[in-house]
Amino acid sequence: MAEKLIVSSSPHIKAGITTRKIMLDVIIALIPACIASIIYFGWQAAMLLVVSVITCVVAEYICRKVMKRDNTIGDLSAVVTGLLVAMNVPSSLNPFMMMLGDVAAIVVVKQMFGGIGQNFVNPALIGRIILMNSFPGPMSSWTMTNYAIDGATTATPLGIVKMGLSDPLPNYLQMFLGNRGGCLGETCGLALLIGFAYLLIRKVISPVIPLCYIGTAALMSALLGRDVLFDILAGGLLLGAIFMATDYTTSPITIKGQVIYAIGCGVLTILIRKFGALPEGVSYSIIIMNLLVPLIERGTRPRTFGKERAKK
Amino acid sequence: MELNFPSTPFKTHGGAAVPHRKNTAQKQSVSMPAPSQVVIPMSMHVGAPCVPLVKTGDLVTVGQKIAESPAFVSAPIHATVSGKVNGIKKVMLPGGNYTDAIIIDSDGEMTVSPDVKPPVVNSLQDFLSALKESGLVGLGGAGFPAHVKLNVPKDKKVDTLIINCAECEPYLTPDNREAVENTASVVEGAGIVKKWLGLERCIIAIENNKPDAIAAIKKELEDKEKSQNDTIRVLPLRATYPQGAEKVLIKACTDREVGMGKLPADAGCIVMNITSCAFVADYMRTGMPLVKKRLTVDGSAIKEPMNVVVPIGTKISDVIAFVGTKAEPRKILMGGPMMGMAVPSMEVPILKQNNGLLCFDEKDAHMLEPTACIRCGRCVMGCPMNLMPARLETFSKAKDVDQLIEFDVMNCMECGTCAFNCPAHRPLVQAIRLGKGLVRAKQAADKAKAQKAKEAEGNK
Repeated sequence: MAEKLIVSSSPHIKAGITTRKIMLDVIIALIPACIASIIYFGWQAAMLLVVSVITCVVAEYICRKVMKRDNTIGDLSAVVTGLLVAMNVPSSLNPFMMMLGDVAAIVVVKQMFGGIGQNFVNPALIGRIILMNSFPGPMSSWTMTNYAIDGATTATPLGIVKMGLSDPLPNYLQMFLGNRGGCLGETCGLALLIGFAYLLIRKVISPVIPLCYIGTAALMSALLGRDVLFDILAGGLLLGAIFMATDYTTSPITIKGQVIYAIGCGVLTILIRKFGALPEGVSYSIIIMNLLVPLIERGTRPRTFGKERAKK
Repeated sequence: MELNFPSTPFKTHGGAAVPHRKNTAQKQSVSMPAPSQVVIPMSMHVGAPCVPLVKTGDLVTVGQKIAESPAFVSAPIHATVSGKVNGIKKVMLPGGNYTDAIIIDSDGEMTVSPDVKPPVVNSLQDFLSALKESGLVGLGGAGFPAHVKLNVPKDKKVDTLIINCAECEPYLTPDNREAVENTASVVEGAGIVKKWLGLERCIIAIENNKPDAIAAIKKELEDKEKSQNDTIRVLPLRATYPQGAEKVLIKACTDREVGMGKLPADAGCIVMNITSCAFVADYMRTGMPLVKKRLTVDGSAIKEPMNVVVPIGTKISDVIAFVGTKAEPRKILMGGPMMGMAVPSMEVPILKQNNGLLCFDEKDAHMLEPTACIRCGRCVMGCPMNLMPARLETFSKAKDVDQLIEFDVMNCMECGTCAFNCPAHRPLVQAIRLGKGLVRAKQAADKAKAQKAKEAEGNK
């Protein structure tokens, strides 16, 4: 009898959170944005979302198989990556082009560096950047939404401002509801905020990064004399701040570090929008800050309980 | 200096919302009859093991001293049943290591030893010697001899006594029951310790999920004489894990931080478990040394969870048979589920500092397989010591002793908050324990090397 007892190291109970449950919550939080994209961009949006998810999951499965590693598609992180890549492309993009971005995200950025938890930059954003550099034309041709008001534009609001086009700009309400040109997932601020609320309620993310990111961007926008509300609603700021910058693996694990990281993202985003060649800077600013995370973490180590405060 | 009593606890960092599962909080404790045999290990405390004073065939009575050690850091051991010494054998301790134990066959009479009489205490020295004779060790689980803890070095100024009734571990309720069933002794014991050590205030810290304990002690303290003119007070704490960890408790009660590698006395505090505290009063009154212990028997394999008072040295199998199971226990813990030890055998005896015996069935005995760390940061946010458990795990696996020291691995108290919260089920505490072992080994090696160098110097 005695030898049947199981011996293991404490603690002997767990909170019951798993990676899979966290990823499932992220997927649920993305559903409103998915629905909004289908409402505005029609069946192409649905098709892109489905193709992207399938490509990512299959890519991860094959990649793990080839590398002779255990199968990890069950943790659902590939599904999240797939959804995020699709949300970062225009609805008119050829799905085969998008698949290149998916494979790059999963194989090159994620699996080649060791799989979940080891990627040094956000896979979905690298997918987007590779697509932008490979297919600059298709990646910046925007279709009208299904509910476009007469005369609505085929450029994004940021593009209109950047290039000084004469197209009329959508008003704030239209932008908040997502009735404007843009990538699948970024247009509807309302849907993204619903997802944000869900993530906060489920305690999947802390509000530190999104709030500091958006707050800094607003402040920078005001300092540079730009339209603050426009800057928050336009482009991929909300999508980036809520779903991309908060990626666990590529953001700092200390609160102080998260503040610095998010402020950096906010400053860079507006600087790129104001002075860069591109109309939008969310992707690059998050990627740049991702790369700085090890450095930020080194500088923001929490003070061990009972340790003397460092003397200046 | 005027010391104030906090009306609400001070802020502490991190922690986990562990389930309470205090199924036995409202139940009167049950005394277990003497088992047919007890196994009393010579090492139930922190410090030097004891040497038996009896030999095979000797007749012993309850409360008779049967083992002691000349070392200061040690605690004598007493017979917990009356009967005949069956032999002195090597037995297994909960950790799987072996030690000598005196095995006593009970005669079922529980005859009390004539040596049991109240101690005469006229000075602090008398008080500490009496405590030593009582065999008292930290009953909250640490097992540190009480007379050593209360012997505060002259150069340290201690002003506060904290009585620990946080009991933050899930399931466990013996301290809660002590506060309710033995209220007068708790308050009296706090008064005795406070008086002899010349302390200014005493805080009885109780988590707010034990309203009956808080109410009982508050009522007892309404008497000015018992509360020593209102210098003994209750402080309800937030019910969060690990509120009862010594350093966390001191922070919550006094806002003071115990420095790394320092003792509570360095922060002007002495922390004592509530059952230990009540035992002090009981011992001063009756002279009966530490021979029995209240423990919570609970878990998914137990039919009717309850608190039982058992003679120390009772085998786990006897306790479980007394309480009754509804499924075959597959994992048995001594202590709570967060820090308790999984015992390898049911033959292991109950020790002085045990406060819980949890039996889990097949379903609850297994843990989930670990997956890759996703750097979510929950371990860092939750660590009450402000450490970075995921980093420590990496360093431990890489056997990087320098980085382990740099990241203060030794400050980890193994509370398990990190591993509890981890969505990837990383064995963080296990890795950190191994890391601490590496650091200790390196420190020992360095010391030996320095010693050798010194000797070589001397030989020249």
